[in-house]
Amino acid sequence: MATRSGMVAGVHTLTILDCGRPVEAAYRDDGDALRVPEAAVPKITGWKLEPHGLCRDDLCIPVRDESLATADGVSLAALAAALGRPLAVDRNEAAAYLGAPAAAQPAVVTGAMAPDFSLPDWRGGTGGLAEHRGRKVLLAAWASW
Amino acid sequence: MHEELATQGLTVITVALDRAADAERWIAKAEPTHPSLVDEAHLVAERYGMVNVPTVVWIDEEGRIARPNDVAFTTDQGGKFAGVSTAEQMARLRRWVAGEEPAPEEGTAASAADRSPEAQAARAHFGLGWWLHERGSVEAANRQFARAGELAPGDFTIRRGTMRLRDADPFGPDFMEMVAGWLGAGNSYYLPLRD
Repeated sequence: MATRSGMVAGVHTLTILDCGRPVEAAYRDDGDALRVPEAAVPKITGWKLEPHGLCRDDLCIPVRDESLATADGVSLAALAAALGRPLAVDRNEAAAYLGAPAAAQPAVVTGAMAPDFSLPDWRGGTGGLAEHRGRKVLLAAWASW
Repeated sequence: MHEELATQGLTVITVALDRAADAERWIAKAEPTHPSLVDEAHLVAERYGMVNVPTVVWIDEEGRIARPNDVAFTTDQGGKFAGVSTAEQMARLRRWVAGEEPAPEEGTAASAADRSPEAQAARAHFGLGWWLHERGSVEAANRQFARAGELAPGDFTIRRGTMRLRDADPFGPDFMEMVAGWLGAGNSYYLPLRD
Protein backbone atom coordinates (compact mmCIF):
# COMPACT_ATOMS: atom_id res chain seq x y z
CA MET A 1 0.00 0.00 0.00
CA ALA A 2 1.32 3.44 -0.87
CA THR A 3 2.27 5.69 2.01
CA ARG A 4 2.31 9.43 2.37
CA SER A 5 4.76 11.40 4.43
CA GLY A 6 3.64 11.83 8.00
CA MET A 7 1.34 8.86 7.88
CA VAL A 8 1.18 6.58 10.86
CA ALA A 9 2.34 3.27 9.49
CA GLY A 10 0.41 0.97 11.83
CA VAL A 11 -3.01 -0.40 11.02
CA HIS A 12 -5.38 -0.58 13.98
CA THR A 13 -9.00 -1.36 14.61
CA LEU A 14 -11.61 1.37 14.67
CA THR A 15 -15.08 0.90 16.13
CA ILE A 16 -17.65 2.70 14.03
CA LEU A 17 -21.11 3.04 15.52
CA ASP A 18 -23.54 3.09 12.62
CA CYS A 19 -26.51 4.76 14.33
CA GLY A 20 -25.41 2.89 17.45
CA ARG A 21 -24.66 -0.45 15.73
CA PRO A 22 -20.96 -1.23 16.31
CA VAL A 23 -18.90 -2.23 13.27
CA GLU A 24 -15.17 -2.85 13.47
CA ALA A 25 -12.81 -1.97 10.66
CA ALA A 26 -9.09 -1.68 10.16
CA TYR A 27 -8.03 1.94 9.76
CA ARG A 28 -5.13 4.28 9.27
CA ASP A 29 -4.80 7.69 10.84
CA ASP A 30 -2.69 9.86 8.56
CA GLY A 31 -2.90 12.77 10.98
CA ASP A 32 -5.52 14.37 8.80
CA ALA A 33 -8.10 11.75 7.87
CA LEU A 34 -9.08 8.42 9.34
CA ARG A 35 -9.03 6.01 6.43
CA VAL A 36 -10.76 2.64 6.25
CA PRO A 37 -10.28 0.01 3.53
CA GLU A 38 -12.59 0.44 0.58
CA ALA A 39 -13.78 -3.14 1.15
CA ALA A 40 -15.10 -2.15 4.62
CA VAL A 41 -17.35 0.63 3.29
CA PRO A 42 -20.39 -1.62 2.56
CA LYS A 43 -20.42 -3.22 6.02
CA ILE A 44 -20.11 0.20 7.66
CA THR A 45 -22.64 2.12 5.56
CA GLY A 46 -24.52 -0.24 3.25
CA TRP A 47 -23.06 1.73 0.29
CA LYS A 48 -20.38 0.49 -2.10
CA LEU A 49 -17.77 2.62 -3.75
CA GLU A 50 -18.06 2.27 -7.54
CA PRO A 51 -16.25 4.18 -10.31
CA HIS A 52 -19.25 6.53 -10.64
CA GLY A 53 -19.84 7.13 -6.95
CA LEU A 54 -21.32 5.56 -3.83
CA CYS A 55 -23.99 3.05 -4.82
CA ARG A 56 -26.72 1.09 -3.08
CA ASP A 57 -29.25 -0.94 -5.07
CA ASP A 58 -30.12 1.20 -8.12
CA LEU A 59 -29.09 4.44 -6.49
CA CYS A 60 -25.71 6.15 -6.89
CA ILE A 61 -24.43 9.33 -5.28
CA PRO A 62 -21.68 11.01 -7.29
CA VAL A 63 -18.53 11.61 -5.27
CA ARG A 64 -16.96 14.98 -6.04
CA ASP A 65 -14.40 14.95 -3.26
CA GLU A 66 -11.28 13.48 -4.86
CA SER A 67 -9.65 12.93 -1.48
CA LEU A 68 -12.44 10.51 -0.45
CA ALA A 69 -10.68 7.45 -1.80
CA THR A 70 -6.90 7.23 -2.09
CA ALA A 71 -4.47 4.36 -2.15
CA ASP A 72 -4.50 4.59 1.67
CA GLY A 73 -8.21 3.93 1.89
CA VAL A 74 -11.47 5.82 2.20
CA SER A 75 -11.67 8.92 4.38
CA LEU A 76 -14.37 8.40 6.99
CA ALA A 77 -15.11 12.14 7.19
CA ALA A 78 -15.43 12.47 3.41
CA LEU A 79 -17.59 9.35 3.33
CA ALA A 80 -19.92 10.76 6.01
CA ALA A 81 -20.10 14.09 4.17
CA ALA A 82 -20.92 12.39 0.85
CA LEU A 83 -23.78 10.50 2.54
CA GLY A 84 -24.97 13.59 4.41
CA ARG A 85 -24.42 11.85 7.73
CA PRO A 86 -22.96 13.47 10.86
CA LEU A 87 -19.73 11.99 12.19
CA ALA A 88 -18.30 12.16 15.69
CA VAL A 89 -14.78 10.87 16.25
CA ASP A 90 -12.53 10.19 19.21
CA ARG A 91 -9.10 9.36 17.80
CA ASN A 92 -7.57 8.33 21.13
CA GLU A 93 -10.37 5.88 21.79
CA ALA A 94 -10.40 4.69 18.15
CA ALA A 95 -14.15 5.17 18.02
CA ALA A 96 -16.51 7.00 15.72
CA TYR A 97 -20.26 7.48 15.50
CA LEU A 98 -21.93 7.78 12.15
CA GLY A 99 -25.34 9.33 12.79
CA ALA A 100 -28.55 9.37 10.83
CA PRO A 101 -28.66 11.89 7.98
CA ALA A 102 -30.60 15.03 8.88
CA ALA A 103 -32.18 15.17 5.42
CA ALA A 104 -33.66 11.67 5.75
CA GLN A 105 -35.37 12.26 9.09
CA PRO A 106 -39.14 12.39 8.75
CA ALA A 107 -40.76 15.61 9.93
CA VAL A 108 -42.56 15.34 13.26
CA VAL A 109 -45.97 16.43 12.00
CA THR A 110 -49.55 15.22 12.24
CA GLY A 111 -50.32 12.61 9.62
CA ALA A 112 -46.73 11.32 9.39
CA MET A 113 -46.06 7.70 10.31
CA ALA A 114 -44.83 7.52 13.89
CA PRO A 115 -41.31 6.02 13.92
CA ASP A 116 -41.16 2.60 15.56
CA PHE A 117 -38.64 1.57 18.20
CA SER A 118 -37.74 -1.42 20.31
CA LEU A 119 -36.51 -0.84 23.84
CA PRO A 120 -36.08 -2.81 27.05
CA ASP A 121 -39.07 -2.84 29.37
CA TRP A 122 -38.34 -2.47 33.09
CA ARG A 123 -40.05 -5.80 33.77
CA GLY A 124 -37.75 -7.53 31.30
CA GLY A 125 -38.31 -8.18 27.63
CA THR A 126 -38.73 -5.46 25.08
CA GLY A 127 -41.48 -3.13 24.00
CA GLY A 128 -42.18 -1.05 20.94
CA LEU A 129 -44.83 0.84 19.09
CA ALA A 130 -45.81 -1.47 16.21
CA GLU A 131 -47.39 -4.11 18.46
CA HIS A 132 -50.05 -1.58 19.54
CA ARG A 133 -51.34 -0.89 16.04
CA GLY A 134 -55.14 -0.71 16.15
CA ARG A 135 -55.17 1.21 19.43
CA LYS A 136 -54.52 4.82 20.19
CA VAL A 137 -51.15 5.35 21.85
CA LEU A 138 -49.94 8.07 24.16
CA LEU A 139 -46.16 8.03 23.89
CA ALA A 140 -44.77 9.83 26.91
CA ALA A 141 -41.05 10.57 27.21
CA TRP A 142 -39.82 11.41 30.69
CA ALA A 143 -36.65 11.28 32.75
CA SER A 144 -35.49 11.46 36.36
CA TRP A 145 -33.22 14.42 35.58
CA MET B 1 -54.96 7.39 34.03
CA HIS B 2 -53.73 4.42 32.01
CA GLU B 3 -56.20 2.01 33.63
CA GLU B 4 -59.06 4.44 33.10
CA LEU B 5 -58.36 5.13 29.42
CA ALA B 6 -57.10 1.63 28.55
CA THR B 7 -60.66 0.30 28.52
CA GLN B 8 -61.50 2.97 25.96
CA GLY B 9 -58.72 1.94 23.59
CA LEU B 10 -55.69 3.94 24.74
CA THR B 11 -52.30 2.43 25.44
CA VAL B 12 -49.82 4.53 27.35
CA ILE B 13 -46.16 3.82 26.57
CA THR B 14 -43.64 5.62 28.73
CA VAL B 15 -40.04 5.99 27.60
CA ALA B 16 -37.39 7.12 30.06
CA LEU B 17 -34.54 9.04 28.38
CA ASP B 18 -32.32 8.07 31.24
CA ARG B 19 -29.86 5.61 32.66
CA ALA B 20 -31.67 2.39 33.58
CA ALA B 21 -30.53 2.64 37.21
CA ASP B 22 -31.92 6.19 37.56
CA ALA B 23 -35.20 5.50 35.76
CA GLU B 24 -35.94 2.20 37.45
CA ARG B 25 -35.92 3.71 40.92
CA TRP B 26 -38.96 5.74 39.87
CA ILE B 27 -40.57 3.02 37.78
CA ALA B 28 -40.34 0.43 40.56
CA LYS B 29 -42.19 2.79 42.91
CA ALA B 30 -44.97 3.41 40.39
CA GLU B 31 -45.30 -0.27 39.41
CA PRO B 32 -46.87 0.67 36.10
CA THR B 33 -49.18 -1.73 34.26
CA HIS B 34 -48.43 -0.07 30.90
CA PRO B 35 -45.26 -0.65 28.85
CA SER B 36 -42.56 1.27 30.67
CA LEU B 37 -39.45 1.42 28.54
CA VAL B 38 -35.94 2.68 29.19
CA ASP B 39 -34.03 4.43 26.40
CA GLU B 40 -30.47 4.97 27.60
CA ALA B 41 -29.12 5.80 24.12
CA HIS B 42 -31.97 8.29 23.40
CA LEU B 43 -33.15 6.45 20.29
CA VAL B 44 -36.71 7.72 20.71
CA ALA B 45 -35.45 11.25 21.23
CA GLU B 46 -33.63 11.01 17.92
CA ARG B 47 -36.51 9.41 15.99
CA TYR B 48 -38.97 12.02 17.22
CA GLY B 49 -36.53 14.93 17.33
CA MET B 50 -37.26 15.42 21.04
CA VAL B 51 -35.29 18.12 22.85
CA ASN B 52 -36.71 18.00 26.37
CA VAL B 53 -38.96 16.07 28.71
CA PRO B 54 -41.73 15.65 29.51
CA THR B 55 -42.86 15.25 25.91
CA VAL B 56 -45.97 13.43 24.72
CA VAL B 57 -46.95 12.29 21.23
CA TRP B 58 -50.43 11.08 20.31
CA ILE B 59 -50.38 8.20 17.82
CA ASP B 60 -53.56 6.96 16.15
CA GLU B 61 -54.80 3.43 15.41
CA GLU B 62 -53.00 3.44 12.04
CA GLY B 63 -49.68 4.33 13.64
CA ARG B 64 -49.75 7.93 12.45
CA ILE B 65 -48.85 10.96 14.54
CA ALA B 66 -52.14 12.54 15.61
CA ARG B 67 -50.55 15.21 17.77
CA PRO B 68 -46.80 15.77 17.61
CA ASN B 69 -44.37 16.43 20.45
CA ASP B 70 -46.05 18.51 23.11
CA VAL B 71 -45.22 19.43 26.67
CA ALA B 72 -47.46 17.63 29.16
CA PHE B 73 -47.23 17.41 32.89
CA THR B 74 -49.09 15.16 35.28
CA THR B 75 -48.90 17.73 38.06
CA ASP B 76 -50.27 21.26 38.14
CA GLN B 77 -46.97 22.53 39.48
CA GLY B 78 -45.04 21.26 36.47
CA GLY B 79 -47.73 22.52 34.11
CA LYS B 80 -47.58 26.00 35.60
CA PHE B 81 -43.82 26.07 35.13
CA ALA B 82 -44.23 25.16 31.46
CA GLY B 83 -47.20 27.49 30.95
CA VAL B 84 -49.67 24.72 30.11
CA SER B 85 -52.86 23.67 31.84
CA THR B 86 -52.64 20.08 33.02
CA ALA B 87 -56.43 19.84 33.45
CA GLU B 88 -57.06 21.14 29.96
CA GLN B 89 -54.53 18.69 28.50
CA MET B 90 -56.15 15.76 30.31
CA ALA B 91 -59.60 16.81 29.12
CA ARG B 92 -58.33 17.05 25.55
CA LEU B 93 -56.73 13.62 25.78
CA ARG B 94 -59.99 12.12 27.08
CA ARG B 95 -61.91 13.73 24.19
CA TRP B 96 -59.41 12.36 21.66
CA VAL B 97 -59.65 8.85 23.09
CA ALA B 98 -63.47 9.14 22.96
CA GLY B 99 -63.22 10.25 19.34
CA GLU B 100 -64.56 13.72 20.12
CA GLU B 101 -61.38 15.75 19.72
CA PRO B 102 -60.46 16.58 16.16
CA ALA B 103 -56.79 15.97 15.47
CA PRO B 104 -54.69 19.05 14.76
CA GLU B 105 -54.63 19.92 11.07
CA GLU B 106 -52.52 17.55 8.99
CA GLY B 107 -48.97 18.82 8.75
CA THR B 108 -49.08 20.61 12.12
CA ALA B 109 -45.46 20.51 13.19
CA ALA B 110 -44.06 20.09 16.68
CA SER B 111 -42.41 23.16 18.20
CA ALA B 112 -40.27 20.89 20.33
CA ALA B 113 -38.60 18.91 17.55
CA ASP B 114 -35.20 19.65 16.11
CA ARG B 115 -34.29 18.07 12.78
CA SER B 116 -31.49 20.45 11.85
CA PRO B 117 -28.08 19.16 10.70
CA GLU B 118 -26.64 20.57 13.94
CA ALA B 119 -29.16 18.56 15.98
CA GLN B 120 -28.26 15.38 14.11
CA ALA B 121 -24.55 16.10 14.59
CA ALA B 122 -25.19 16.67 18.30
CA ARG B 123 -26.95 13.29 18.52
CA ALA B 124 -23.95 11.61 16.87
CA HIS B 125 -21.68 13.14 19.53
CA PHE B 126 -24.14 12.10 22.24
CA GLY B 127 -24.22 8.56 20.80
CA LEU B 128 -20.44 8.32 20.83
CA GLY B 129 -20.36 9.82 24.31
CA TRP B 130 -22.84 7.30 25.68
CA TRP B 131 -20.90 4.40 24.13
CA LEU B 132 -17.64 5.72 25.64
CA HIS B 133 -19.31 6.28 29.00
CA GLU B 134 -20.60 2.72 29.10
CA ARG B 135 -17.06 1.47 28.40
CA GLY B 136 -15.74 3.49 31.30
CA SER B 137 -14.00 6.19 29.21
CA VAL B 138 -15.65 8.91 31.24
CA GLU B 139 -13.45 11.85 30.27
CA ALA B 140 -13.60 11.02 26.59
CA ALA B 141 -17.37 10.66 26.94
CA ASN B 142 -17.65 14.07 28.61
CA ARG B 143 -15.81 15.72 25.72
CA GLN B 144 -18.41 14.26 23.34
CA PHE B 145 -21.30 15.39 25.56
CA ALA B 146 -19.80 18.90 25.73
CA ARG B 147 -19.51 19.06 21.94
CA ALA B 148 -23.07 17.79 21.57
CA GLY B 149 -24.31 20.52 23.90
CA GLU B 150 -22.48 23.21 21.91
CA LEU B 151 -24.03 21.99 18.67
CA ALA B 152 -27.54 21.80 20.10
CA PRO B 153 -27.79 24.31 22.96
CA GLY B 154 -31.57 23.89 23.05
CA ASP B 155 -31.48 20.12 23.45
CA PHE B 156 -31.93 19.42 27.14
CA THR B 157 -32.13 15.65 26.64
CA ILE B 158 -28.42 16.12 25.93
CA ARG B 159 -27.44 19.08 28.09
CA ARG B 160 -29.42 18.24 31.20
CA GLY B 161 -29.76 14.54 30.49
CA THR B 162 -25.99 13.96 30.65
CA MET B 163 -25.47 15.93 33.86
CA ARG B 164 -25.48 12.90 36.15
CA LEU B 165 -23.05 11.17 33.79
CA ARG B 166 -20.77 14.21 34.13
CA ASP B 167 -21.09 14.29 37.94
CA ALA B 168 -23.22 17.42 37.77
CA ASP B 169 -26.56 17.88 39.52
CA PRO B 170 -29.51 18.22 37.09
CA PHE B 171 -31.42 20.06 39.84
CA GLY B 172 -28.48 22.10 41.12
CA PRO B 173 -26.57 25.27 40.24
CA ASP B 174 -25.24 23.85 36.95
CA PHE B 175 -28.78 23.37 35.74
CA MET B 176 -29.94 26.77 36.99
CA GLU B 177 -27.05 28.41 35.17
CA MET B 178 -27.79 26.48 32.00
CA VAL B 179 -31.45 27.47 31.99
CA ALA B 180 -30.71 31.09 32.90
CA GLY B 181 -28.29 31.32 29.98
CA TRP B 182 -30.77 29.78 27.60
CA LEU B 183 -33.70 31.93 28.72
CA GLY B 184 -31.48 35.02 28.88
CA ALA B 185 -30.74 34.62 25.17
CA GLY B 186 -34.46 34.92 24.50
CA ASN B 187 -35.33 31.22 24.25
CA SER B 188 -37.98 29.05 25.90
CA TYR B 189 -37.18 26.05 28.06
CA TYR B 190 -40.44 24.31 27.19
CA LEU B 191 -42.01 24.47 23.75
CA PRO B 192 -45.74 23.63 23.89
CA LEU B 193 -47.48 22.77 20.62
CA ARG B 194 -48.98 25.82 18.96
CA ASP B 195 -52.31 24.84 17.44
